Amino acid sequence: MVFFRKKRNMPDGLWVRCDGCSSMLFKKTVEDGMFVCPECNYHFRIFSRDRVKILVDENSFEEMWPNMVPCDPLNFKDRVTYPERVTEEQQKSGLKEAVIVGKAKINGSEVMIGITDPSFIMGSMGSVVGEKIARVTEKAMELRLPLILVSGSGGGARMQEGVFSLMQMAKTSAAIARFQGAGGLYISILTDPSLGGVMASFASLADITIAEPKALIGFAGPRVIQETIRRALPKGFQTAEFLLEHGFVDMIVNRQDMKKELSRLIAYLQ
Amino acid sequence: MSEKTVAELENLILEIEHQIEDLQSAPTNGRLDKSTEIQHLKERRDSLQMKLCSKLTPYDIVKIARHPLRPLSADYVNMMLTDFIELHGDKRFGDDKAMICGLGRIGKERVLFIGQQKGKSTKERIACNFGMPNPEGYRKALQKMKLAEKFHLPIVTLIDTPGANPDIGAEERGQAQAIAENIYEMCRLKTPIINIVIGEGGSGGALGIGIGDKFAILEYAYYSVISPEGCAAILWKNAENAPISAKSLKLTAKDLLNFGVVDEIISEPLGAAHKNPKTMADILKAQISKYLAEFKNISIDDLLANRYARYRKIGKYLET
Repeated sequence: MVFFRKKRNMPDGLWVRCDGCSSMLFKKTVEDGMFVCPECNYHFRIFSRDRVKILVDENSFEEMWPNMVPCDPLNFKDRVTYPERVTEEQQKSGLKEAVIVGKAKINGSEVMIGITDPSFIMGSMGSVVGEKIARVTEKAMELRLPLILVSGSGGGARMQEGVFSLMQMAKTSAAIARFQGAGGLYISILTDPSLGGVMASFASLADITIAEPKALIGFAGPRVIQETIRRALPKGFQTAEFLLEHGFVDMIVNRQDMKKELSRLIAYLQ
Repeated sequence: MSEKTVAELENLILEIEHQIEDLQSAPTNGRLDKSTEIQHLKERRDSLQMKLCSKLTPYDIVKIARHPLRPLSADYVNMMLTDFIELHGDKRFGDDKAMICGLGRIGKERVLFIGQQKGKSTKERIACNFGMPNPEGYRKALQKMKLAEKFHLPIVTLIDTPGANPDIGAEERGQAQAIAENIYEMCRLKTPIINIVIGEGGSGGALGIGIGDKFAILEYAYYSVISPEGCAAILWKNAENAPISAKSLKLTAKDLLNFGVVDEIISEPLGAAHKNPKTMADILKAQISKYLAEFKNISIDDLLANRYARYRKIGKYLET
């Protein structure tokens, strides 16, 4: 995982290496530039809290249902038990689960927003993610507000919750179908990485689909595909640009322009 | 006496079946009462069969679900439907042979049939891509389901896939988008839908034709968020741990019934579906007929409200 975080070999964490062009960058410059490399436009993976700062008006985000935590319906254990893994991930990421949802304002206009966070069990969707996405969608329907969902999920449906995770694909899609049937505007933002069960459900069902540059987006993970076909994958395969070329996203938008573009879209469609 | 393993029991059963066949084809000479002997062997075989079924691990069940002789969607079309008219193509890109679609009758009832197809012979299996549909397969199914909605036909889907095809072409043509769109549309399709897992229920690839009003699973079928091999490769770093991950994933029919995810388990003939496909098809047909009769007393509005509630309530979480 390519996260923007302090690396041990960098004294005081003043410098960070870009994963796109390998340039050594002054960390403060990158942070001020919304975690985008000034040299090559590489978009670092960011935490949901940082995404909120970038995307919505200052102090406008009101988080909803923040205290929802996962259960262990399967009594799942691999090398560690699922509850142990959850605790570990909570400590590591400072998050309770892989999504935050709530109400916010974008240049003054109210929206409902949900952001999945790839730093918590790969941003995978279990019962909590499914339930919160469904609730925020229903809330958007009730309040007649636009819905914005930002996906950053390399995990798709979360294995540790088995069939319950799979069924969240159905739950979130059903909620979005109702919302859109009632005339609601839904904008999906695909960030690096957006794969699997998240892509095969709510993330692909928007009125407008936006991707961040060079984000990895697809159904099957590149490693699975490579193991299946047993040859190298073409250059640029499953990138945002690849999806644009094949007709599956409406537009690619730089992180710095995202808020402005959302505003313009909402002005047209809401 | 030491406990016999599943493999030993299987061999014993096969041996007895050969003996029965030999006896049945042997000329009667009156000296020996053949029928008593055959009856005796059959009873022994059935008791071993029952013993074997009680011993099956989740991974044994996965193997039964993948058994090369297990009846497939095309077999059920032949054994269960009359007056079948196959409908090909997604009217966009191609005709995916991993997805059989068509009009047919179950008893007197007209239905739209959708079934994932794996193929039996090597040639068939390759043509069907081993039951792994491409985006055009999901779009083909959706195109036919919209036809069913327009003409008020209930839809029956038989699920049997290791998963949606993971390859370059499938990604280029939007596998994720195709599956998502099917789930979305099936959530609001104004006609009754029955989903039955007949073999493998492989993740999103299964869910792509798996949304509806009745959800049943055959006794030795499975339904899972990921294949046991895939799960083992990721979490145990070794696909050989599939028997352990199969157990952890809680993917058997019994587990799914316990979780309230499926409405019912459909019993298989003794020794599983492949031992007696005709009986299996009769059981399945009766079950579908029962569901079709239940739909007669419900309005479309109620049906859709119940369908929403079915998926809306699934999930386990805590709120503090």
